[in-house]
Amino acid sequence: MAIIETKNLTYTYPFAERPAFKNVNLNIEMGEFVLLTGPSGCGKTTLCRCFNGLIPHFYGGKLEGEITVAGLNPSEHPIYEMARHVGMVFQNPENQLFALTVEKDVAFGLENLGLPRDEIRRRVDWSLKVTGIYDLKDRAPFELSGGQQQRVAIASVLAMQPEIIVLDEPTSFLDPLSAKNILETIYQLNKDLGITVILIEHRLDLAAKYANRVIVMKDGCIVLDEEPRKAFLDERIRLIGVGIPKVVRLYLLLKEDGVDMGKVPLSPEETSNLIREALNLDRG
Amino acid sequence: MSMFDGLKFRNVSSPIHRIDPRAKFIYVCVLFVIAVLFNQIIPLLTIFLIQIPLIIAAKVRREWLRLIRGSIFFATIIFTMNIISLYFYGGQQSLESIIEYSLSMTLRFIVLVESFSIFFLTTSPDMLGLSLEQMGVPYEFCFAFTTAIRFVPVLAEEAQTIIDAQRARGLELEGGNFMKRIRNYVPILIPLIVNAIRRSLEMAEAMESRAWGASKKRTNIYTLKMQKGDYAFILISIVMLAASIYVWLFIKIPSITQILQA
Amino acid sequence: MIEVEDVYFTYPNGIESLKGISLKIEDGEFVAIMGQNGAGKTTLVKHFNGLLKPTRGRVLIDGVDTRHVSVAMLSRKVGFVFQNPDHQLFSETVEDEISFALKNFSFPEKVILERVEWALNLLDLKEYRKTSPFMLSGGERKRVALASVLAWDPKILILDEPTIGQDSYQKERLRQFVIQMNQQGKTVIIVTHDIEFVAECEPRVILMANGKIIADGEAKQILTDIELINKSSLILPEITQVFMRLNDFGFPRNVISVYEAKRLILEKLFGGIGK
Repeated sequence: MAIIETKNLTYTYPFAERPAFKNVNLNIEMGEFVLLTGPSGCGKTTLCRCFNGLIPHFYGGKLEGEITVAGLNPSEHPIYEMARHVGMVFQNPENQLFALTVEKDVAFGLENLGLPRDEIRRRVDWSLKVTGIYDLKDRAPFELSGGQQQRVAIASVLAMQPEIIVLDEPTSFLDPLSAKNILETIYQLNKDLGITVILIEHRLDLAAKYANRVIVMKDGCIVLDEEPRKAFLDERIRLIGVGIPKVVRLYLLLKEDGVDMGKVPLSPEETSNLIREALNLDRG
Repeated sequence: MSMFDGLKFRNVSSPIHRIDPRAKFIYVCVLFVIAVLFNQIIPLLTIFLIQIPLIIAAKVRREWLRLIRGSIFFATIIFTMNIISLYFYGGQQSLESIIEYSLSMTLRFIVLVESFSIFFLTTSPDMLGLSLEQMGVPYEFCFAFTTAIRFVPVLAEEAQTIIDAQRARGLELEGGNFMKRIRNYVPILIPLIVNAIRRSLEMAEAMESRAWGASKKRTNIYTLKMQKGDYAFILISIVMLAASIYVWLFIKIPSITQILQA
Repeated sequence: MIEVEDVYFTYPNGIESLKGISLKIEDGEFVAIMGQNGAGKTTLVKHFNGLLKPTRGRVLIDGVDTRHVSVAMLSRKVGFVFQNPDHQLFSETVEDEISFALKNFSFPEKVILERVEWALNLLDLKEYRKTSPFMLSGGERKRVALASVLAWDPKILILDEPTIGQDSYQKERLRQFVIQMNQQGKTVIIVTHDIEFVAECEPRVILMANGKIIADGEAKQILTDIELINKSSLILPEITQVFMRLNDFGFPRNVISVYEAKRLILEKLFGGIGK
């Protein structure tokens, strides 16, 4: 069942000459892990802002076409209502932490919804445990590392129990190790809780192995919408300037010289296994 | 550590920290009244000394001392100005009584600083915001208040980064005449303001995405409930107030000069 | 030349950020300073243009002790591009922004015009010369910040986390640009934790952890050393991770380039047969 559906969606920012994206047709099923990528300015961030109603309510501008998210039309419902279905995690951890303790920050959204106190407590504890930061609950968010802060942001969004979580380049400010760990956590949310994940990322080398679908945008249009292995084989992805993982580049280089690894690898582990097989075959 | 750390919340656990902010607020008001009530050194000194055990119990000795040391500058100004004004305009008063009076004015200032300091050192902005909320202040204001406090260190750090970035492009902030100095701050202020605006937009987005404004009746996972200790604290403050008023009305407190002459 | 002699640095709030750093960077070198957030990387490079002065020890730029000269003087030689361009941009037009430092350094009017032209060209910003920097996109603002530092042609260029928030195309452009600057004789120092970017550039790598330098040498050696990587909370480059698991086939450990990887695999497959 489609949890996000758009038909000919077009959006123009106020005072802008050109639309940020045009005629976007999207169909995302429940439980998918979608990797949304593309060069800066392609419209991916703008598109995601439509899912929880920030567009059009917060940004104004002109939104044309149809969009349904979790059965609702975001244009017809206030953002706070969409927030129960779509959680958003932003790039900069600093500007999405509000409270003076982690616990209070994670509770923020639930407090806004006016839920009863023990319900909030329950959900906060659950959310902190799932994201692995329960022991940080009395700490001040701004004293934490970038990786920990993003976990708090994810926990805060998770506590509202949305069906969809959108993450806008959440690893931008993180070092590689924290980035890797955070993506693993996000994947767990998708796998164990069935939450639909839409991840905007440039670091495809870290994120590709979790996605079941890669959508590439350029100049406001969806150019590619494929399963990762197929997507990386598509010539267009390289022409657009999206950085494919080095292991895929290795696969392609070997293919050029007549060596087919068999499968397009999405992670170093997969790559070593494939090479091992190829070498064993050769020997044996 | 700067002097202003004496007015910033210090996150340790102490009996004073646990006292309800509203009780502490009453205490500060009482102290304010007492400090203003008395002119003489002896009661002011007494009030000053009485608070010292509180400071020790609150484990904030170091920060408090920093603040007091920092306020010596202002204290000296108060002292000097009093001396000068009394000397020239106070009529015929002995030198000793002028000095004594100026000393008590300075002491009054220090007592006030002392009590405000205790309040802010032991009350977290969160708790302060919460007590405002429970007293009926609209949530938007409480949130603005706690958020502002939360971002003060962030903005201070950003200001420093901007200053560094512009100095690295040859901007000289010292020297030059008055007009030039003001103009030199433009490359600091503009990025600061622009970034503050950008930051608030980002925050607003995040707030909206977390259901800001969803319910008129907002829950709060923390509540402040007055405990026995808080009531006791308030009672003590009121008793202190009553006792002070009694003393002020009925007991003639000798000045130091008089004691020394006797 | 940059000489750091047993430098210790403690921030006013009491945190000791540098614990005995000694190093030399010769003119024309290309260096990447890497390590976890909080390792002291940015603190260290801020000593190179005098923004920070050592609590103990000294820093010499071309033989001059940084404690004896102003930041403005040092900045003539040492250009520092900060991580966030929005901490610098304040002018009405891109032109003004680029000429800001030139005016501060008292360049003659004619030279300023030339340099602004040159910088606009170098970074592909000619069409934006009269635009307000605030109207530009994130990537364009980064280029304006870079242009405004290059305008006065410092011989040492420091870039603090230049790859954050950049897409692959922008990173590739940056990489080529940085290499170009280095080939033109500039000393280029980048502070980064972007492993793949460094793996592509292969500069000298100085690895820091907890305020100390724990390694200093070739990118290939350091980025493939598991122990060092763990100590500094980084991860191995993608290609290295692949070859780590293929040791039993006799592959070397220190592979970071895709091209070398291909060559090694093809050799292993066809080498013996002599294809």
